[in-house]
Amino acid sequence: MSVNLTLLIVMGVLYACGIYLILERSLTRVLLGLMLLANATNLLILATGGYAGLAPLFSKSTDPRDYNDPLPQALILTSIVISFAVTAFMLGIIYRTWALARQDDIQDDAEDRRVAKTPSFDAEDDSVVPEETSEFPVTAVTEAAKEGGPL
Amino acid sequence: MNIASLAPLAVVLPILGAALTFALNRNPLAQRVVSIGLLSLTLLLECLLLASVWTTGTASVTLGGWQPPFGVVMVVDQFSSLMLVVSSVISLAVLIYATGQGMADGDREAPVSIFHPTYLILVAGVSNAFLTGDLFNLYVGFEILLTASYVLMTLGGTGPRIRAGVTYVVVSVVSSVLFLIAIAMIYGATGTITMADLAIKLAELDPGTRNLLHVMLLVAFGIKAAVFPLSFWLPDSYPTAPAPVTAVFAGLLTKVGVYAMVRTETLLFPGDTLNTPLMVVALLTMLVGILGAIAQSDIKRLLSFTLVSHIGYMVFGLAMSSVAGLAAAVFYVAHHITVQTSLFLVTGLIERRGGSSSMDRLGGLAKLSPLLALLFFIPAMNLAGIPPFSGFLGKLGLLQAGIALGTPLSMTLVVGGVVTSLLTLLAIARVWNRAFWRKPEDAEYPAPVLKDSAAVGLLPRTMVGPTAALVVFGVALTVFAGPLFQLAGNSATQMLDRTAYIHSVLGGNAKVPDIAGPDTSIPPQGGGK
Repeated sequence: MSVNLTLLIVMGVLYACGIYLILERSLTRVLLGLMLLANATNLLILATGGYAGLAPLFSKSTDPRDYNDPLPQALILTSIVISFAVTAFMLGIIYRTWALARQDDIQDDAEDRRVAKTPSFDAEDDSVVPEETSEFPVTAVTEAAKEGGPL
Repeated sequence: MNIASLAPLAVVLPILGAALTFALNRNPLAQRVVSIGLLSLTLLLECLLLASVWTTGTASVTLGGWQPPFGVVMVVDQFSSLMLVVSSVISLAVLIYATGQGMADGDREAPVSIFHPTYLILVAGVSNAFLTGDLFNLYVGFEILLTASYVLMTLGGTGPRIRAGVTYVVVSVVSSVLFLIAIAMIYGATGTITMADLAIKLAELDPGTRNLLHVMLLVAFGIKAAVFPLSFWLPDSYPTAPAPVTAVFAGLLTKVGVYAMVRTETLLFPGDTLNTPLMVVALLTMLVGILGAIAQSDIKRLLSFTLVSHIGYMVFGLAMSSVAGLAAAVFYVAHHITVQTSLFLVTGLIERRGGSSSMDRLGGLAKLSPLLALLFFIPAMNLAGIPPFSGFLGKLGLLQAGIALGTPLSMTLVVGGVVTSLLTLLAIARVWNRAFWRKPEDAEYPAPVLKDSAAVGLLPRTMVGPTAALVVFGVALTVFAGPLFQLAGNSATQMLDRTAYIHSVLGGNAKVPDIAGPDTSIPPQGGGK
């Protein structure tokens, strides 16, 4: 199997740019990065087909070794269709993000941030009777505890 | 005619259903009838496939008249048909649940006209991934189910779902690109992508190249299966989706990743070259996942973390490459699909009855709705591995296999497995104590609906029914654990032997290569449980 150096260099540049872009926080750049990655991979598949040959249309007079390997091209076709669908969907999501939040950035998971800030001391599990700090009315149980009565 | 030649119908029927339901999008009733009917038919077909494989052995179907190794083949063996049956049972239950929820809600949360076709395409993708004997077709199967899952994840397009959906889509696309790169490299190295043919040709490669390809495939599947360092996306994205969608994702999508890992480890790259790193990763997945679960105060997030954690058990069984370990892993996958899905469905019911899935807002559910408490309690104890449930049997099988292997690392994993099981019990007991047992007044911010004992009609029968059926199915896995373990043992023996698989695709004359690396054949321990 021989490898085309130009294709190889182009592929490397596409991968490098793609990886750089998906590490960004801006969604549009992430999408561009994903598209570059998908196309770089298509070039990689093309490279695995070996050197360019004749179109694989059968004729009796041609030596089989002169044909191009048709399988990688079939694989690329499938992968182009798939990346097209995913790109279209991503564009839809990005537009929706813009419509909802008026920004193009990936947002933090609020619940995750909240859990991360929670102290290891858990009032429910660790204390005997928690002080009532919420805005809601004091419950019957804590009142009984304050008066020293049976729980 | 052999019934196994009908295997492609397991993919075709759901896709046909998707087309029909899409055409019928103005008629919700017809959509429901078509999708539930076709999915039941698929389940019936898959039960027949399982029975046929059980009696006559592994079978393969050549698609489009192209002979392997040139065309795409579908292979039905015991593992894939078991996965098909379990996945169809839960996807049917979830579909009925979702239909029930849609009818009760008037389709506010899940627009039914989109939901049914997308859901059926998801099922088709899952079936395709389980059945295919071609590496690129496996990629296509993954893409079918992932693209459907993107739509289901962002159903309704609300803020939190879009936010979670972005992470999910980007991570999934990156993992798919990695998988595609691995396929390209494998094709470049061997000139084939039929898995049975690869099993022969990969053995002839230079060990360095082979290890590179092996690691690339495992990383790609590891992201999909949510194995520890690659699991960060799961607890972030799953909890925001509608309850039935989260349930089917939790049950099926990660298990498809595990299935692909099992095929990679047994069929394509047998031997023990990567067993040590896999075991370390399994240990970390179990412990980090369950520690994350304990910190959560939202039930859906807590369950997502237990999902990550329990993937570690399956990777552990896989990493032992012994018949006993692999059999226990196969059993565990079947058990975990059922239990995790039932728990997420019950959480949907909790959210409905209690008005929230946050433990800070819940309390007293056991008194308000004893049936709900029962439906939660059984799969919860099953997940934690309390005897006599199937979770206990699966973990017992794994621990026995680990002890039989006897290396220091496998002993560490046995200890880690027990600790994880106990911590799961702790996490589940916290849910039980806070959401079900304490008085509603003790909740930090009690949801108003908890005090309204008249609101019992909030749980429609069409939602409780499928949940109860799935819980019963989980218990049935316990009752029929003997035959199931036998099936798991047979499929493990077949997968490690590989002869039946390769011969069914390439014909009886194909030479099965010896397993590379040192001898790893460990005699099966006790066969059954």
